[in-house]
Amino acid sequence: MAKKFICILDYGSGNVRSVHNVLKHLGYNAVVSNTKDNIKKCSHLILPGVGSFGASMRKIENTIPFDCLEEQVLKNAKPFLGICVGMQVLGDVGFEFEECKGFGWIQGSVEKLIVSDSTLPHIGWNDIIIKKDNPIFRNLKEFRDFYFVNSYHLKVNNPEYVLASSDYEGLFNSIVSKDNIFGFQFHPEKSQKAGQLLLNNFIHLT
Amino acid sequence: MKKNRLIPVILLKNGWIVQSKNFSQYQNLGNPVTIVKRLSQWASDELIYLDISDDDNYDTRRDDQGYANRGDFLSVIEDVSKEAFMPITVGGKIRTIKDIENRLSVGADKVCLNTMAIQDPSFINEASREFGSQCIVISIDVKLTSKKYNVFATGGSKKTKFSPKELSKIVEDNGAGEILINSIDKDGKGDGFDLTLINQITDCVSIPVIACGGAGEWSHFSEVFEKTDAEAVAAANIFHYVDQSVFLAKKHLYDNGFNVRKPDLIKIDNYRI
Repeated sequence: MAKKFICILDYGSGNVRSVHNVLKHLGYNAVVSNTKDNIKKCSHLILPGVGSFGASMRKIENTIPFDCLEEQVLKNAKPFLGICVGMQVLGDVGFEFEECKGFGWIQGSVEKLIVSDSTLPHIGWNDIIIKKDNPIFRNLKEFRDFYFVNSYHLKVNNPEYVLASSDYEGLFNSIVSKDNIFGFQFHPEKSQKAGQLLLNNFIHLT
Repeated sequence: MKKNRLIPVILLKNGWIVQSKNFSQYQNLGNPVTIVKRLSQWASDELIYLDISDDDNYDTRRDDQGYANRGDFLSVIEDVSKEAFMPITVGGKIRTIKDIENRLSVGADKVCLNTMAIQDPSFINEASREFGSQCIVISIDVKLTSKKYNVFATGGSKKTKFSPKELSKIVEDNGAGEILINSIDKDGKGDGFDLTLINQITDCVSIPVIACGGAGEWSHFSEVFEKTDAEAVAAANIFHYVDQSVFLAKKHLYDNGFNVRKPDLIKIDNYRI
């Protein structure tokens, strides 16, 4: 794929603009859209996220042509990145407020972080512990801190899918990946240099 | 492990960034967007952007700054969010859910409530239900009057019936995500934070507390992390007057073994591969 064209999936999520700003800053051609045309035409797909699992799933179902998206990601193997709740919905099921089905692209469930001394949501800069080598980490060097805002996390059935975890009174998955599908629990668009490096690496996967 | 944060506070008064002393004297520091660019390069952990204008005139009366001379606060925030790839909290003049929505839609990640939180704590509840408690920061301005801590509203001008402890508990119960505790007495003095006040708040709530007011040297930050449970320190003046301020402050903390993000000077634009 010669020309990079990134489609940021628009389903009314609050931080769409921040993701768009950072991609523009990095010099990429990106669009915020939910049309079949752009989902087919683009080279990379990003699903941003802020908010709860159930509310996000409902908005996604109402705005995004899911069959078209699934065809591009699962059949055509187009690189896909889910951010925060956008990563959590990749699982089979979520339990925030109510039980709700996810995409089921990466087998696992979304559960609440268990803490006794710390505050929830887990807000702030936390480092990632790399579990499995992947081109997504290229040039990351010692910059391991990312900005998180989450009370829930995606537990995956197969540990092979975990690229990195983070510690908040116990480890949770901060980066998961299965083939062309990636999920970041943190917000790369708010994580300065480290976040921009990972986004850049994602866009250069193919 | 989660890191303690260093947060520059930017006070915007009628289009300019200003320095504040005791919430009453203001000196112009410069263009809102240029300063944010610098703070971004010094790897600030977050930014708090407060609109303390008396009216709605944001005209800087200058068109030679390399940025558009914006007529309103939302456009300023929109410009800022294109330069700052870090969390931004925006405060000032927020009265309705729509006000919050407008700020988030131009790139703010969180909003900071003050007067409304005191007048109508149920508004915090409504806001945190709508946008999530991670989004709602409550700033509490405190002044010592006859040896007792009192909460002041409306930009520190009106004494309220609340003690900071009482109000902190109320805002937490209503779903606030964080508390920004600010000492009016210490504002602009530079002789250190009010540690007693900070401890009072962290002792009575379990949400993160951001300490503000009084930073005059880097060791004042370490003092807060050493002697209180505050998760973050915020400051305005000290970060504006010293070149590479945030980087140097963080370096001081990092070198002394504090749990902060590794200091960094970000050369913007150089890491596109």
